[in-house]
Formats: sequence, C-alpha cells, structure tokens
Amino acid sequence: MAPRIGVVVFPGTNCEHDARVALESLGASAELVWHGSSDLSEFDAVVLPGGFAHGDYLRPGAIARFSPVIGAVEAFAAAGGPVVGICNGFQVLCEAGLLPGALQKNRGLRFLCQNVTLEVANDTSVLTRGVAVGTRLVIPINHFEGNYTCDAETLQRLQEEDRIVVRYAENPNGSVDSIAGVSNEAGNVVGLMPHPERATDVLLGSTDGITLLEAFIASAATKV
Amino acid sequence: MSEEVVLHRALGLTDSERDEIEALLGREPNHLELALFAVMWSEHCSYKSSRIHLKRLPTEAPHVLVGPGENAGVIDAGDGIAVAIRIESHNHPSAIEPYQGAATGVGGILRDIFTMGARPIAVMDPLFFGDPTEAKQQWLIEGVVAGISGYGNSVGVPTIGGDLTFDPCYAQNPLVNVLCLGVLPTERLVLGQASGVGNLAVLLGSATGRDGIGGVSVLASAGFGGESAEEEAAKRPSVQVGDPYEEKRLIEACLELLDLKLVVGIQDLGGAGLVCATSETAARGGVGMDVDVSAVPRREAGMEAYEVMTSESQERMLAIVTPEDLARVQEVCARWEVRSAVVGRVTEPPADGPGRLRIMDGFDGEVLGDVPAVALADDAPLYQRPLERPADLDVRLADDPGVMPAPADCGDDLLQLLFDPSWVYRQYDHQLFLNTVEGPGGDAAVLKLAAPGLPDSKRGLALSTDSNPAWCSLDPRLGTAATVAEGALALACAGATPKAVVNCLNFGNPEHPEVMWQLSEAIDGMAEACRGLGLPVIGGNVSLYNESFGRDIDPTPVIGSLGLIEHLARRPPGVTMPAGSTLVLLDGGVEVDGPSLAGSRWAVGVCGHRNGTLPPLDLEGHRRLINFVGALVAEAVAPAVPGVEDLVVGIHDVSAGGLAVALAELAVRSGVGFSVSGITGHHQLFSEAPSRVVVATNRPKFLTQRAESAGVRARILGTAGGDRLVVEGLVDLDLAATTASWRNRLPQLLDELAPA
Repeated sequence: MAPRIGVVVFPGTNCEHDARVALESLGASAELVWHGSSDLSEFDAVVLPGGFAHGDYLRPGAIARFSPVIGAVEAFAAAGGPVVGICNGFQVLCEAGLLPGALQKNRGLRFLCQNVTLEVANDTSVLTRGVAVGTRLVIPINHFEGNYTCDAETLQRLQEEDRIVVRYAENPNGSVDSIAGVSNEAGNVVGLMPHPERATDVLLGSTDGITLLEAFIASAATKV
Repeated sequence: MSEEVVLHRALGLTDSERDEIEALLGREPNHLELALFAVMWSEHCSYKSSRIHLKRLPTEAPHVLVGPGENAGVIDAGDGIAVAIRIESHNHPSAIEPYQGAATGVGGILRDIFTMGARPIAVMDPLFFGDPTEAKQQWLIEGVVAGISGYGNSVGVPTIGGDLTFDPCYAQNPLVNVLCLGVLPTERLVLGQASGVGNLAVLLGSATGRDGIGGVSVLASAGFGGESAEEEAAKRPSVQVGDPYEEKRLIEACLELLDLKLVVGIQDLGGAGLVCATSETAARGGVGMDVDVSAVPRREAGMEAYEVMTSESQERMLAIVTPEDLARVQEVCARWEVRSAVVGRVTEPPADGPGRLRIMDGFDGEVLGDVPAVALADDAPLYQRPLERPADLDVRLADDPGVMPAPADCGDDLLQLLFDPSWVYRQYDHQLFLNTVEGPGGDAAVLKLAAPGLPDSKRGLALSTDSNPAWCSLDPRLGTAATVAEGALALACAGATPKAVVNCLNFGNPEHPEVMWQLSEAIDGMAEACRGLGLPVIGGNVSLYNESFGRDIDPTPVIGSLGLIEHLARRPPGVTMPAGSTLVLLDGGVEVDGPSLAGSRWAVGVCGHRNGTLPPLDLEGHRRLINFVGALVAEAVAPAVPGVEDLVVGIHDVSAGGLAVALAELAVRSGVGFSVSGITGHHQLFSEAPSRVVVATNRPKFLTQRAESAGVRARILGTAGGDRLVVEGLVDLDLAATTASWRNRLPQLLDELAPA
C-alpha cells in the first residue's frame, strides 16, 4: 500500500497541488486536508506546503498557528509521525513552536525566486534519511522571508544535535550558518525553505528534489 | 442649470454627451445617472475613440471560441482544454502610486480570466520606464516590480515573463501592461451575462469603499502634466488598494461555484465597478436589473449611491444565481471566508424597450436612478476623431542613421546594449503549478498545458509579449506589423505554432490628430501582419492619454502572442549554444546589401538618432521562416528518436540590438564564447531587420540544406567555443567581463536603494 500523506491547506496556501502532484508522481497517495480539520491520525505523513497562509497577515505563520489543524499536527508529531513544512509551511512550524528559530526578511529585502544549490547536512531526519551527507542538490527557493535566525544557544544546540538538515552552498538570503532547513530533536519534524516539489520533473529543469521526497515517502512507509 | 453644467464636466462628460444622455432618457438626468454615464462612457470603458478602427482587425479562426468584446479571448487548445487570454494596461495608476497601481493591475486581470471559468496560471508584465539612472525612474521601477511581486506571488499565479524597455518618452508616464493566461475544461466556459428573470445578482468579495472612484474617468482617460505635487497627491485616492489574500480566496470560491454549476453568469468588478458589472451583464443577457444599493456591504459610513455604484474597490465579483441555489452559493463562500450579499435582481425588459438598470434604496424603496442598461454598456458615442500624418515625418524618414560614423569599437557599443533583466523576474514566483518549462528571459515562455482539474494533455503553450516603440514612432504601421511578426517568430523558436494574439495599444492623447493617425496606422499594420500570418486577434485593450506636459509617448502597441506545442516531451533548446556547435543565421527577410539601422537600439540608444526609414518586412518570407523554425524546434521538443541527433541545440531570435546582441546573449547565457566572421560592418551587426534567427547546430550541412529547400536563406556564421566574443574585425570581448557587465547593469542601478 502506498503511504497516505496529508497535505494541509490553509486559506492562502498555494503550493498544495504541486506538493500533491509531486508526491503522487513518486508513488505516494496524497490528499488535501482543510485547515479546519482537527485529526490527522489516518495519515502516514503530513506536509505543510508553501504559499501565504491567511495572507501572511501580521507575519508569515502568525495566524496559521491558531488554525485547528495545528493541534492535530502537534499530536501527529508527538506520536513520531513524519512532518515536513516547505517554505510557508516551515514558517508555520516555527510560529507554532514545533521547530526552533524564525524566518525573517531576506538580506537585501527582496523576494527571491531562483535555483540554489543545497548541501545535505544530516542523514537521519525524515527528509534526508539515507541521503549521504554532503550530497549537493539543485532546488528552487521562492520566498521573501527565508532568512533563518535563532539565538546563539539554539544554534549551538542545532549544530551539536545534528539538526541542521540542509544548508545553502551559497547563502542567498542571509540565513545564520547558511541554514536552509532544520529538524526537531527527534528528527521527525523538518522545515525547509527550498521547494523540493518544484524539482521533480526533468521538463522543469531539475529532478534533485526527488532525493528528498523519496526519503520522506520512505519515512512515511515505515511509520509505526 | 449652471451648476449642473459644471457637474457633468467635472465628471468628465462633454456638453454634447450630456445632451445625448438627456435625449436617451427623454428627461434630464439626475446626479446619480450622470455619474453612471460618466464612468461607462469614459474612454477607458467605452473605447469611443478607437472602436471604429478596431473593427478592421481579423478576429476569426476555427479554433477561436471567444473573440474580442468579452472579458477574455478563448481558444480551443484540443484535448478538451480551452485557453483564455487577456492583456490590459494599468499605466496611469502606476504613475501615481507604483506599488498599488501595478498590484491592482495584476488583480484586475486575474478576475477577467476566472470570470470566463478559467484558472489563471500565468501572468506576464511588459514594463516601460524612463532613463533608469534617474532617481524618480528607480522609484517607479522599484515600486512597480514590488507591486507585481507582492500581489502576484501571494495570490498564487506565477509571473512567467514580460519585457523591460527604457526610453525617455516614458519618464512621466510609465507603462505597466499585464497579460494573463488561464486554462479550463472546454465545457466549463462561461460568459458574463445575466439571464433568467427573477435570478439574483450576488456581490462576492470585499466590502465597497471610496477607493478608486473615478479611476476610469479622472485617471485613465486624461493625461498628466502641469500638476503641482499637491494636485498629483490629490489623484492618489483614485488609485485602488489591492489585497491578494482576498483575491486568492475569491478565485478559489468562484472556481468552486463554477465547478458545482451554481452560477448562471459571472462578471468581475473592475473599472467603473458595480455599474459596469450590472449594466454589462444585463445588456449582454438582454434583460434588466434592479440594484439595491443599500444591500452593498460597505467599508465606510455615509457613502452616496453614486459612490457605491462607481467605486473601484478591488477583489469583488458579481455572480448571477437562481434563488434555489443561493443557500449553496453562500455555503461555498462562507467556507472560503468570502463575503456574499444579494444586491440585485434580474428583471423583465419593458414591452416597448430594452431592459432597465434601476438603482434603488431597498428593493421596495425609492428609485434613485433608472436608465436602459444597454445605453450605459453599448451606446457611448463613437468618435471618428481627426487623423493627421505628422508634418515632420518625411524629414525624419529621410534622415538615415547610416550617416552616423561607424563606432570606433563595436564591442564598446555592444556592451551598452546588454543587460540582464533577471533583477526583475527573480522577484516573481515564476514556477508555481509545476508548469514552467521555460521561464522569463528567453525568446518565449513555455508552459505545460496542465492544471488541477484539467484533462491530461501532452501539449504545451508558448507565450511572448513584444513591442517596438522605436520602430512605431517612425512607422506605426510597419512597426506594429513587425512586432506581430517578432512575437510569432519567438513562439516558433520554442517549437510552437502561433494560434492567436492579443494587443494592448498604449498611445498618447487621442485629441491630437497625429496620435489618432498613429493609432489607425498601428491597427492597420496589426491587421496586415495577422492576416499575412493567419493569426486571429482575440482581445485587446486601448490605453490613451499617455501624455505628460503635452508630450505624447511614442506609439507603443504591445502584442501578446499565444502558441501551441503539439507534443512537449523535452525541454526546448532555448537561448544557449554548446561549445563546438556551429552558428547558423536563418533569414526569411528581404535580401539587401546594407541593412537599415533606423529604429535600432544602436541608433536610438547609443547614438540618440531616432530617424530614418525602417528595414522592410516580407510577410511571405517571414511565414516561411516561422514554419521552418517551428518545425525544427518541434522535433527537438517531441520525444527523442533513437539514433537521430536534433538539428537544433540552441536558438535565439534576432530582435532588439540586432545580430550583435543575439550572439552576445547566446554567449552570456550559455557561458560559452564564439568566433564569427563575414560580417561586413556595424550595419550588419546592429541592424534590426526582421525575420532572422540564430541557430546552434551540430549538423550545419544538413540544416542549411533543409533551410534552402524550405525557402529560407541559411548562412554559417562561425562556431561556439572559447572565452571570447569575436566578430572578426569588429568585436573582441572577454566572456567573463561581458557576462559581468550584462549581469550587473540593473543591480548596480537599483540595489543600492536597499540596505545590503
């Protein structure tokens, strides 16, 4: 049986179809879940896709964290379920306290939509399990607030606990320690700014996102 | 009486228009009625100066499902899929308030597309500014690009291309055009009309405020100039303010209503707001409508009926629904957190005349205004304004830039013509929906023909926006024809067959006879080229009064071209040239010895010489070139044939900047130098003679043979490779330095505005 992955949709989310299409092209079964839902227990994994949840009013993720589905994401994560937040989904997970740190405006104060080269920094998270550390992947970014920041103590913990999942080879946005994605302590909740779902079709220029999404689907399949 | 005379003029109506309204009504119009006519009969809404000329355009072809006059043109793309396309201007608002002007331009055109039942999947933005080294222009560029980025990215529609043109004629009057493309299952196509007496008009989306009142008449139908800073500031409330989050929910709610077949007709509220939406839907449906202004949700207290009816508050739609479906409509809207309110009822036309638009204070209350809907929507006076060929034109045509001295170093001049527009498009999400095969920066954007809810298709779409104001200022007829030709060729370079065009005609003050002559000539040029290339014109927009301090902009027709790729299985070769490949110039144009430099970027941009007689355009030869190139590239995007190597491994059309810029762009974009010989002088290097394409190939002999048998001249220019850009005897540039100059041009000008 293909693992069932829930793709959470807030009003203002816009990458839900892309995430669903990419996951299904890799053999998963993906379903859209409205933000008013308060139970995710039927899924093997959960994706919070990109977009502008609740219009990014106040700041990205600040209102989405109060949507009913966030309680379900917390419960799902606490039970060890694989969760990945992509771009706006990463911002939501940080606002909800499921991941440490915050995403501030890009250095240079401009929106950036471009390919970047990532370096895999951890091979144990649900997004990178089995992917060799140091693997380089070309994947697009698409954000205004993607400049990852946290206090020095948190950064030291992230480094020591091997929770930095992917780094930018060339830092495009000013993120501390070139961080593009981090995980929680258990490694089952990951947030990243780049969009792996946009790099899954040779027609679109890169298929490097498949490496990450396949690792995630494999994590979903082995969820206990 | 004297007070009323002042009133109709203040609203933008002439004395004779006021008299015509009185004759239509058979009585004196009241204040509200005058206000309704003023916005609906504005130049922006009624096309009263251009409509007579627009009739000369060819608009029909078997694959055209909807032609001009509706919210968007629609073609049948096959596989049960239809494609809707529209282009508009948001020039005047962007000049006053660049961020919101550009943002609401995006919002407005998206609504035109989903009004047809289509999901908007791509936006393109042709932009025109003055000299980018000036601070005011930098402020405008910064604001416009941020507005498109801020709204387009958030609303979730990718911006996949556009154009960036700098010329001093746009310094006071920048042009911000926006093209939108949408796709739909063919059977979902809907038209903006009301029908079914007793059906309800439901207003969806934002509450109505005082923003944008008179936008079409005060702003869009008058020129700029002579205002003090205070007067310019006073126009600012006529610019609307956009909310992309509201629009995103509105799009999703409307598409869901259409999927569930809960609406009879639907219409967006754009220029002229509620009066336009209600009168146009009623007129198209041959019915009347009662509108209850008191039921319109408002953003502020104390609004007059005319303000409610003419407000251009953004993110609103009018849906016509049956009373039985109202509850389900409200349910869908509530889920998407979209406000809905019943504000109108479809009424039977009186036995002796057309349907009436009645504005009422409560459905059973006082009738505040009562006019025939069709009078507002369709009966604006049409003007055959005087035309006059500019008196100085013959002198200008005789003043050939060929007399300018040859550059001391063609390489230096070439560097001045090169800039990388990625500073702009990096700020746009150009990838959403996983459709963007070729994004901004190439000859044409290429999309997969796919979207949620569409049948599967192997086809692809190619899109291009093109303009050539330098040419049009010398010869609007030939310049516009050449612009159409350039767009169609760009599509062919992506392997597409051109299917249709839309146009946005940006011109000066139509009360200047020279401007009307330019407009008329441009329309004739477009008609000639479209007939010659077999292309229907399926939509357009006319933006007049682009003038400031009495000076009109150069005539700027922008052509949006749409093509279909039969089988998109591989990425098009695009603007690149692999090292070792041979560069071949394909030429379908008129064979001449010393091609004209008139209207070229070199003559205009480098030398400041704006005169001369343009190189000719041969539509027959151009069509042969399009067919040949389109077929070649179509082979390269179709599934690979084992054992057969593609003829084309890179391609670029020759347009702005001529052969020199085409070759240099191939080099900087592929990171490979070139060595070319046999170019006899700067004329051949910089002339923008049409109907030419540079192709990189590994099979030059076979390519030239095939070209010749297709009636296209082919000439081997040289080879790709090395780290220098060499045109023997004329250019010798270092690749790394040229690339840096190309890449850094815009950031150097614009990024110092933002903290590092």
